[in-house]
Amino acid sequence: MSGVELAIQNLTSPMVLFFALGAFAALVRSDLTIPEAVAKTLALYLMLSIGFKGGVEVAKSGIDATMVLTIAASIVLSFAIPVIGYTLLRATTRLSAVDAAAVSAHYGSISIVTFVAATEVVRSLGLTFEGYLIAVAAVMETPAIVSALLLARRGSRQEGGKTDEGESMPALLREVAFNGSVVMLVGSFVIGWISGERGMAMIAPFVVDPFRGILCLFLLDMGLVAGRGLRQSGKVLTPPALAFGIYFPLISATLAGLFCLMLDLSVGGAALLITLAASASYIAVPAAMRLALPQANPALYLSLSLGVTFPFNLTLGIPLYVWMAETVAG
Amino acid sequence: MQMHSKKRIEIIVEAPVLNRLTDLLDRLDATGYTVVPVLGGRGRGGSWSREGLATEAGRMVMVIVVTGEERLDAILTPVFGLVTRQIGIVTVSDVMVMRPEHF
Repeated sequence: MSGVELAIQNLTSPMVLFFALGAFAALVRSDLTIPEAVAKTLALYLMLSIGFKGGVEVAKSGIDATMVLTIAASIVLSFAIPVIGYTLLRATTRLSAVDAAAVSAHYGSISIVTFVAATEVVRSLGLTFEGYLIAVAAVMETPAIVSALLLARRGSRQEGGKTDEGESMPALLREVAFNGSVVMLVGSFVIGWISGERGMAMIAPFVVDPFRGILCLFLLDMGLVAGRGLRQSGKVLTPPALAFGIYFPLISATLAGLFCLMLDLSVGGAALLITLAASASYIAVPAAMRLALPQANPALYLSLSLGVTFPFNLTLGIPLYVWMAETVAG
Repeated sequence: MQMHSKKRIEIIVEAPVLNRLTDLLDRLDATGYTVVPVLGGRGRGGSWSREGLATEAGRMVMVIVVTGEERLDAILTPVFGLVTRQIGIVTVSDVMVMRPEHF
């Protein structure tokens, strides 16, 4: 399938259209809302489902050298992406060292919702992927934060100031590594791994059949959130920062694509690794940044990751990453 | 009815800091506190609302502590040390309570 066909198929999928509906509702200031508790339940369901299915896949296929290499590559990516992002932000925008470091931490970490949406695109194309990519997603949450904090310290020293760090690194990393989404995702992955196909046969009507419908409802909510972020982005983002939210995921994706050339991943697996690298966190990392770099402007990194990069990845990015995966792993 | 004078400390702070703040209050032997979610507001950075946020980072909470004047500084100084870096407001006001032994 060509890149254009992939993009059209993705843009006309119910998931993306529900997301667009949510964004539209937010932009026209509709009173459409998904209650907070419902949105949290939907997110938990998606983590449970995707984690469990990944675990069952690993139970079937077993552990191999590619899994170890992919996890190692994902750690390197998560460390390296903030360094590149920080350098570009400092060169192209007027952001302070601390703001640039905080933004780059978001881009080195991952968006699990983008990942979930990408798994659905991969599946809809009849492709399979390695179940352990769920573990890769969890592993990629934290290294970027270490990288960004080191960049903030170094940058602030160069600017003649110092970072006003409120948190010790170990406490912060423990908090991110054990945040609710990661515990649910990894916990469900382990349960799926232990219970295998027998477990899947028992709960498939819950974890498989309603998945797409629930993803639609969740993406409607994410559309509302992203639409509000988009409204905010015009107020806080300068054109160079706004452009960063679009071009930087492509740079991260290209870097991950180069790694895929060295890994023996399937096309579906490569598409997901590229998507993970290209996605930007907007749940775990913003909270961590409020603790670690409280002087960084939260409106800046939230608007960029949620209002710009997330919609871009969901609509145009994912098909592009699948196309890149077909090129590097096909 | 006889009422007794106490001090009410109101701390509005970012949600990610909440656990650290309540841990600190526990260590300081504050006799009690109440945590209240904050729905929205407007400050130097403009308006904000709890609605439609995907992360704890944009949410605010309010922690209310009622204590005797003699303990005010012992609580306020470390609390200020914790929240001074964050977005938020700390206020102290005079209140009357019915059961002074609770505070």
